[in-house]
Amino acid sequence: MNFVAMRMLIGDRLKYLSLVAGLAFAALLVTQQASIFCGYALRTGSWIHDETCCDLWVMNDQADFTEANKPILDTALNRVRGVRGVLWAVPMYRGYLKCRLPDGTQTTIRMIGVDDATLMGAPAEMVEGKTSDLRRDRAVFVNFDQAKDGLELKRADPPRPLRVGDSIAINDHDAVVAGTYRATPEFFWEPVIYTTFTRALTMAPDERRTTSFVLVKVRPGVEAAEVAARIALIPGLKALTNREFTDMTLNYVLKKTGILVNFGLTIGLGFLIGALVSGQTLYTFMLDNLKHFAALKAMGAGNFAIARMVGLQTAWAGGIGYGLGVGGACITGIIFSRIGLAFEMPWQIPVMGAGAIAFCCFAAAAFSLIRVIRLDPAVVFKG
Amino acid sequence: MTSIIAEYQSVIPAEPELAVLCRGVTKSYGTGAGKVTALRGIDLTVRSGELLMLVGPSGCGKTTLISCIAGILDHDDGVCTVLGHDFKAMSQGERTRLRGKTLGFVFQAFNLLPTLNAAENVAVPLLINGMPRTRAIVKAKEILAHVGLGERHSSLPRQLSGGQQQRVAIARALVHDPKIIVCDEPTSALDHETGHQVMEMLREVAMTSGRSLVIVTHDARIFEFADRIAQMDDGVIQKVVDSPSELNH
Repeated sequence: MNFVAMRMLIGDRLKYLSLVAGLAFAALLVTQQASIFCGYALRTGSWIHDETCCDLWVMNDQADFTEANKPILDTALNRVRGVRGVLWAVPMYRGYLKCRLPDGTQTTIRMIGVDDATLMGAPAEMVEGKTSDLRRDRAVFVNFDQAKDGLELKRADPPRPLRVGDSIAINDHDAVVAGTYRATPEFFWEPVIYTTFTRALTMAPDERRTTSFVLVKVRPGVEAAEVAARIALIPGLKALTNREFTDMTLNYVLKKTGILVNFGLTIGLGFLIGALVSGQTLYTFMLDNLKHFAALKAMGAGNFAIARMVGLQTAWAGGIGYGLGVGGACITGIIFSRIGLAFEMPWQIPVMGAGAIAFCCFAAAAFSLIRVIRLDPAVVFKG
Repeated sequence: MTSIIAEYQSVIPAEPELAVLCRGVTKSYGTGAGKVTALRGIDLTVRSGELLMLVGPSGCGKTTLISCIAGILDHDDGVCTVLGHDFKAMSQGERTRLRGKTLGFVFQAFNLLPTLNAAENVAVPLLINGMPRTRAIVKAKEILAHVGLGERHSSLPRQLSGGQQQRVAIARALVHDPKIIVCDEPTSALDHETGHQVMEMLREVAMTSGRSLVIVTHDARIFEFADRIAQMDDGVIQKVVDSPSELNH
């Protein structure tokens, strides 16, 4: 009877295609939107993960995400260096400053100042120039991709990207682009410019507290968590591992922005629309075939055989629809990745999509099956 | 119920040639004020190898009666045995299995699956009974050849005329070699000539030794094919005659 079930399903091309399309649409929306959300969520921690040199981030104990402008006392650096288990510790400045490009375009940038002596915290992957170029007079590094989008000279004729050798003004302080680097795209969109810690302080507004973070490397054989606990004993400080800092930033973004609600709504509505479309199509398909199911029942097909037929039809349509939907989401992902948009599909998303589609199919099949099981085969004698 | 059956079995001697035996069969739909009695004590027998036509006006209970005979509906009272089996005493599963093996159906609207070709449609009862698909299709093609549609085995129902579709339906009713074939208005959707051809085929192909046909019909033009005609009205069998001429009187 599996053969009969399949022919009943596939034989009516239009209904079959609309059923599969509905399920594919639901699977596409659920997996694609979830992957975009996941991509954005993971980007909240990409800067932290790019800074691979340290084990711990020491910061103001009130800091709640990477962009929190809550600096710590400059004396904190030496206090951290004195903590048992710390191999080395370097300061880092991170703050929002104004930038004027050569063509007069003004924009806001995120300035990161890394330790002058060691350059710990500088970009790991240079595209043009080398890390030591940061020691040159007025040198800054700009993000290679952001030089074309965010720091491009829109008012130049013709418009062009910011290049190595260009002079820019940061908070009215002259700076020269000495190199470009590549970094993982971030959730926050302002261009990031690197310079040394001291130079960053000359550009930044005067403040009593100037250190944003202290990057810490722990001694070999010492647990980072142990050292973090010791640092946390210093008043006003907390120390987080990369993972903890990432999680804290992600939590902040999820709570303080509408990203979770927006994507949640899109995913939910996508699922709902897909479920309704496919469920309604499947239900209509079953209703249209009621007289045939009645004939099969009259001819001796039991309820179990009929349920198996409906189950097979639903599973087949669900499987094909899910495959097409997830395939479509993967193609979207490839396109998104090429143009730099956020998209990340860990294995949990296709599994979640499969669960959603299985639920749609199960619900639609259950409703249809109730009708088919309750169907009186005597209707076949009613013309 | 067991005592009623025993009572009838004691009264009526065992008749191995009887395909269907109905005694005092009643059937009602609904309850209270809305209760409708469709069968009011039906007494009817169908002999093995006989073509019995069930005739009567619309709403007289013909469809209800064949539904009871086919084990699709439960009657309320009385006894109705088919090939010695009392459907009412059987579980739903047993009843369905027995129906699948021993009964063939020809429906008024043909009820062919539109997405299956002629051979696949004919093979459906075999598939229901668990025969592998390849064997079932081979057997279906043989039966189709028997009803004159050997060349059209791969045609879809929509590619066949009404008469051809009914021949496919007849082939489907025959393919699993049932002991009883129940036909509901088999010629009502056909013109006179085609209806006549279908009835000739039913007589010729279906009436092998020991197989019985119960045909519900309004179509007086096919009464001549019947061995016996049972006339129903208002839920009872008015009379059972051997020829259409007796019916007119």
